[in-house]
Amino acid sequence: MTTTDTLVAPSAQPPAGQTRERNLLQEVLDSSWLVIILAIVTALVASSVLIAAANTEVQESAAYLFARPSDFFGAAWDAIYSAYSALFRGAVFDYQAEGVRQIRPITETMVASVPLIFTGLGLAVGFRSGLFNIGAQGQVLMGAAAATYVGITFDLPVVVHVVLACLAAMVVGALWAGIAGLLKARTGANEVIVTIMLNSIALYLVSYLLTTTLLAQGGTRPISPKVADTAWFPRMLGDSFRLHWGFVVALLAAVGVWWLMERSVLGFQFRAVGANQRAARTAGIRVNLVFVAVMLTAGALAGMGGAAQILGTDKTLQAGSAGSIGFDAITVALLGRSKPLGTVLAALLFGALRAGSPLMQTSAATPIDIVLVIQASIVLLIAAPPLVRALSPIHWIGRRLGRSTKEAVA
Amino acid sequence: MKKLTRAAVLATATALALAACAAAPEDEETTEPGAEETAGETVDYTACMVSDEGGFDDASFNQSGFEGLERAESELGIQVRTAESSDPGQYETNVDSMVQEGCNLIIGVGFALEDAIEMAAQANPDIDFALVDSAFSDADFNPVTYDNAKPLLFNTQEAAFLAGYLAAGHAVATDAEEPKVATYGGMPFPSVTIFMDGFYDGVMKYNEDSGTTVEVLGWDKEAQNGSMIGNFSDTEAGRATTETFIASGADVILPVAGPVGAGSLNAASQTEGVSVIWVDSDGYMQASNADTKQLILTSIIKQIGTAVFDTIATAADGGFDAAPYVGTLENGGVDIAPLHDFESTVDPALVTAVDDLREQIIAGDLVVESVSATPTE
Repeated sequence: MTTTDTLVAPSAQPPAGQTRERNLLQEVLDSSWLVIILAIVTALVASSVLIAAANTEVQESAAYLFARPSDFFGAAWDAIYSAYSALFRGAVFDYQAEGVRQIRPITETMVASVPLIFTGLGLAVGFRSGLFNIGAQGQVLMGAAAATYVGITFDLPVVVHVVLACLAAMVVGALWAGIAGLLKARTGANEVIVTIMLNSIALYLVSYLLTTTLLAQGGTRPISPKVADTAWFPRMLGDSFRLHWGFVVALLAAVGVWWLMERSVLGFQFRAVGANQRAARTAGIRVNLVFVAVMLTAGALAGMGGAAQILGTDKTLQAGSAGSIGFDAITVALLGRSKPLGTVLAALLFGALRAGSPLMQTSAATPIDIVLVIQASIVLLIAAPPLVRALSPIHWIGRRLGRSTKEAVA
Repeated sequence: MKKLTRAAVLATATALALAACAAAPEDEETTEPGAEETAGETVDYTACMVSDEGGFDDASFNQSGFEGLERAESELGIQVRTAESSDPGQYETNVDSMVQEGCNLIIGVGFALEDAIEMAAQANPDIDFALVDSAFSDADFNPVTYDNAKPLLFNTQEAAFLAGYLAAGHAVATDAEEPKVATYGGMPFPSVTIFMDGFYDGVMKYNEDSGTTVEVLGWDKEAQNGSMIGNFSDTEAGRATTETFIASGADVILPVAGPVGAGSLNAASQTEGVSVIWVDSDGYMQASNADTKQLILTSIIKQIGTAVFDTIATAADGGFDAAPYVGTLENGGVDIAPLHDFESTVDPALVTAVDDLREQIIAGDLVVESVSATPTE
């Protein structure tokens, strides 16, 4: 995988004399979007095998497959259908529910995507600048802790409180990531190693702080009290939905990141460093300063992701509050080709998988691990476009028509 | 290479095909109408369980709770649904989806689910709830009760006290010069430190009774501070911690970190005369400890599974009540396991002394205290 899309190889020029339609076909075959969609579909198909294999009825009927195949295929179909319909009901539209609950799943998907959008955007900025920031997990957790601290300690009016909590999260997240940026700029320390270590430090630091009065106040358990309701992200659609204004803020952040990377001078410097450090240095860009700036930006966005998780949904902080946001966001950013729009869409996809997983477990008795397998398969397939092309029927037809299906987009 | 691949594929296909050759079972529904109900009447009652982030295979309290649920499914013929959480963000959604699935009783495992269960209990007065290992409290940490939410609590410190007394006596017997015992936890959760508090007090009680100076490494009850390895999964860290304790002269080790105890057993097997106390269930009976079970002095048992089963059984009969269940030595909710291989080596007088203490605690003459114990009044 490349860290940037500025190094895209030009598509192979079609031979002269081809019609416009053929060019269009070639374009579709080359498109990375097609590969992404095919990767998702292939992953769902591959996972359905696992869903069927994990089902006890399928296992039992497989023993007498030849004696009565209808049992096996019936059971397999039931298992796969119930798992994916539960995923749909949990993540998009619940046709079995009543009233407003029917559309609640899609809002749950949006809720689950909020921290992933923020964090994924931060990572995308890093990836396009050539920095492999693996430390989003720690930055999310530190941001969450800072937001919680402001949320439980101060008594402030409605709007001020939530804004201040978010600012605290951004500052702490930025400083946490800034450590890695500074170390890289000053000493050349590898940011991958530094950020991974900072993840551990953040986890144990927050675990410790949760046993002190700073975050746990009077409780005996390592859970913070609830943040004051003045610090919550207000709900968008009333109390029956958990969708909060953090979603809109996340979309605005995506627009902001787009502007930063595509329109601002700083963003141009980021991308230049990402494309070629030496060339950037020769061109007069202060590369070391850019490293620090990139990490500060990434950390602020990740910290905001942590704040959204606490102030938007969880309301209390635990050592595990960051879940796997930091690592899922790496996937989200890569899946979105490190572009803001792509990141938002990828975050929604992961949000959907997350929102759908409780119902897959409770209604279809699918193990939660299968949901994680689907996520992992999507990533695996996206990382290997030639594999997807080899598997896809569309590309097979393309090959039969004599189109090139060689890799044109990294 | 290609040939090898082909051969492998062919072999796998053949194996699968042969495996699929069994005869189809008789159609039970038509030939034996009562066949499915031999295991017990099917009851129209759904009990559901949500794990904390440890998952149901944590070889600790999630697993114990899950076993109680499975037992209820097979013995009571009720329906069950389960949801595992992989991080705290899922507690609320998992409990909520249980509500949507029409569960009659929803059990949250672990103090981490307190808020999720509390909110759902308030919003759904017609559904019953239970919470393992925690009572309910409001924002200022004052206890609160709900008519439809039952806390399942354990006075673990009582059983740990007996184990501490036994460990101290055993340490004196094996190493009269410098008797020492040691303990470490996974993380400083109340459900962990309650073991260590009771253990510490048990050792101190032994010192008081017999004028010895058995030292406790790894936990200071006054300061509520001690050795924690930071998780409930790193067996290697458990082994390293235990080795440090053994090097400092510890004779009995109490790991309070679920499956990590296996690391302690491993370390103990390297040194003559070191034994281990298991937690949660009888470690001697666990298949994974088969090679090292002779090193298990005893186990501090916490009957989460039984508490869960009893709660479901009463609730399915329509007798749910929200009064807290408290597992004690008296009702058998907590206890120490038989000595198994140590039965012949441990001084009978020590065993008698432990039994006397058990009676005293049950009678209320001796109260074992821990700040981690949840007040129930």
